[in-house]
Amino acid sequence: MPNISEERSKPWRVELRQSMKVKERMAIPRVVMPSLDPVYRAQNNEEVNLGLTPELAVLEAKRCIDCPEPTCMTGCPVNIYIPQFIKQIEIGEFAEAAKTLKMTSALPAVCGRVCPQEKQCEAKCIHVRTGKDPVAIGHLERFAADYERESGNISVPEVAAPNGIKIAVVGSGPAGLSFAGDMVKFGYDVTVFEALHEIGGVLKYGIPEFRLPNDVIDVEINNLRDMGVKFMTNCIVGRTISMEDLKAEGYQGVFVGSGAGLPRFMNIKGENLVGIMSSNEYLTRVNLMDAANPESDTPVFKGKKVAVIGGGNTAMDSVRTALRLGAERAMIVYRRSEEEMPARIEEVHHAKEEGIIFMTLRNPIEFLGNEQGRVTHMIVQEMELGEPDASGRRSPVEKPGCTETIEVDEVIISVGVSPNPLIPRSVEGLQLTKWGTIVVDEETMQTDIPMIFAGGDIVRGGATVILAMGDGRKAAASMHEWLQGKSGVS
Amino acid sequence: MNKIISKEYFSDKVVRLEVEAPLIAKARKAGHFVIVRVGEKGERIPLTIADADVEKGTITLVVQMTGVSSTKLGKLEVGDSITDLVGPLGKATHIENFGTVVCACGGVGTAPMLPIVRALKKAGNKVITVLAARTKELIILEEQMRSLSDELIVMTDDGSYGNKGLVTNGVEKVLNREKVDLCVTIGPAIMMKFVSLLTKKYNIPTVASLNTIMVDGTGMCGACRVTVGGKVKFVCVDGPEFDAHQVDFDEMLMRLGGYKDFEREEMEKLSKLDKEG
Repeated sequence: MPNISEERSKPWRVELRQSMKVKERMAIPRVVMPSLDPVYRAQNNEEVNLGLTPELAVLEAKRCIDCPEPTCMTGCPVNIYIPQFIKQIEIGEFAEAAKTLKMTSALPAVCGRVCPQEKQCEAKCIHVRTGKDPVAIGHLERFAADYERESGNISVPEVAAPNGIKIAVVGSGPAGLSFAGDMVKFGYDVTVFEALHEIGGVLKYGIPEFRLPNDVIDVEINNLRDMGVKFMTNCIVGRTISMEDLKAEGYQGVFVGSGAGLPRFMNIKGENLVGIMSSNEYLTRVNLMDAANPESDTPVFKGKKVAVIGGGNTAMDSVRTALRLGAERAMIVYRRSEEEMPARIEEVHHAKEEGIIFMTLRNPIEFLGNEQGRVTHMIVQEMELGEPDASGRRSPVEKPGCTETIEVDEVIISVGVSPNPLIPRSVEGLQLTKWGTIVVDEETMQTDIPMIFAGGDIVRGGATVILAMGDGRKAAASMHEWLQGKSGVS
Repeated sequence: MNKIISKEYFSDKVVRLEVEAPLIAKARKAGHFVIVRVGEKGERIPLTIADADVEKGTITLVVQMTGVSSTKLGKLEVGDSITDLVGPLGKATHIENFGTVVCACGGVGTAPMLPIVRALKKAGNKVITVLAARTKELIILEEQMRSLSDELIVMTDDGSYGNKGLVTNGVEKVLNREKVDLCVTIGPAIMMKFVSLLTKKYNIPTVASLNTIMVDGTGMCGACRVTVGGKVKFVCVDGPEFDAHQVDFDEMLMRLGGYKDFEREEMEKLSKLDKEG
């Protein structure tokens, strides 16, 4: 791993810094990500963001002043060498920039698209402290990763000589993939077990094609394959094979990244009517099962008046999917105001551009249906903001007597997820919280059972791709250390 | 992987498939189900495991070809492979010595009942099986059921075989005759509803194995949700077996009908393709 200050002192970096005054760099306006026309894109599944051109990327890279202490890196859960890859872009060494990304991230093209950069690296950018827009780190990350993929010249990160020690990964989502990538680099024999028929977890079943194309994910997964990671689909650890089976087969460490499988519902009247479903179900049908394609055997309702309940990224993905499946009114119904919405700013912005109706400070209290049990209406309660709650967001309070009835023919519930109970239920001795998440040592991600580590939503209960990846990296580093201590592996 | 080792037609529309799946065969217990998918554009559907042979490394599935996906599965031949097969899923049947158990099954519900009858017998129960179907041709696994059960009562709607009447008539006959400690029912939702109503009247604890719509089968989607005792439960992870007297069968029937229009369209497409050959 490179030493940050040594790298920064290399002649090319020094020269590059001196080639332009900080003031000039700071004066360049932030790049605007080119995107498809909102009217056009709302009718298809094409990726909304088009990516930066090399010219735009180089110009944006110039905005980075190459700080001696890059605070941006402290905002990154996987500690990407941010200034280094940005400066490599500035000098046109795009493939080298991609290599820098891959030193710490197994999925750079994914992260460049789905990370909430505004809350992470970009929030820590020096520009923000001076009241300016941060360097578009996410856009640049995507640019470098895309450049490499599109060049067809995909570099495979170096891996240590195989040490023959078998490691199992439960779940092939962002936590598991990130863990697998680091462990294989350390020289372990890594097998990832996936319950579904496709690799990628939430990246495949959850995030829609228009935001994260499947071929982008597959290239990054294939890169892991080229590094030596093995994948086994249709295999549920705890059901198809047990932890004991894994031990008997010689696995010495297990990382559980099984995700937050269980969708939450609101427990209100009429919620089981036909046409009401979880965002997990809706997105899985459309993304994983390709249900909108007439050739697919899996059906999906294509509602005309679709309400999506919730204000997170999954809610935005669902409502924009509904629009693309032909909804005339695609609505977000959220109980707080727009300011409190947990979704990425870009997703909210894109949704609005596409004509999504935002009904904020509204909370459904009942669903009504017809004789066939199909949902037809929804009664919503108007809300107002009260005192801040535990999350620091102002909590919504009912406005007495203020309800309205809205016509709907499909409702997607996107109010969060609970941990998947399959693993916790099937492994004896695993310590769980009252919410069903797995208890780990926060520093090491190790559970009560020493050989089992865990991370991502099965520990956090419902977070982001990048936090899950951060957990995966952390768990890999500490499992490596633990195994070294145990058996003298080096 | 997932190769079909043997195939037997129980009737035009009902087939038994023996599938190579050593890990599932080893791990499964009575009551468990699997999710299967046929073809790259295939749908994920749940099927209860009817039997398994650990030595051979196979599981048995009984498929009634009613929809597109079950038809595609049922048409696979020996040597073909099921594209995706995952399991065992769900909670296993709770088995103990209850005393006398009536097992009421209808249609292809008979197949998943077989391992339950076997396990109940092994635990020391007296098992009376009521096997029902619309007509004689649709009676399956009669011999196996007869040899496993202490008594077998066959019912057909049209009286073409066994006793004329519904599964409930057969069950009621037993309830009137002797003390029954438990009833287990597997079959079409409407049948389980009426079995449940009947045993409730007689105050006999009853377990129903529900067959709802599922996508992933691992708790992720919630398509399979049912109301049990006023609470929402997921059939895939909380079930598939529940206290029948607590299940809201009307809601379940309503939800099962949710995709009927799609299914009709797809079946039309499929039969058109078949005709075009």
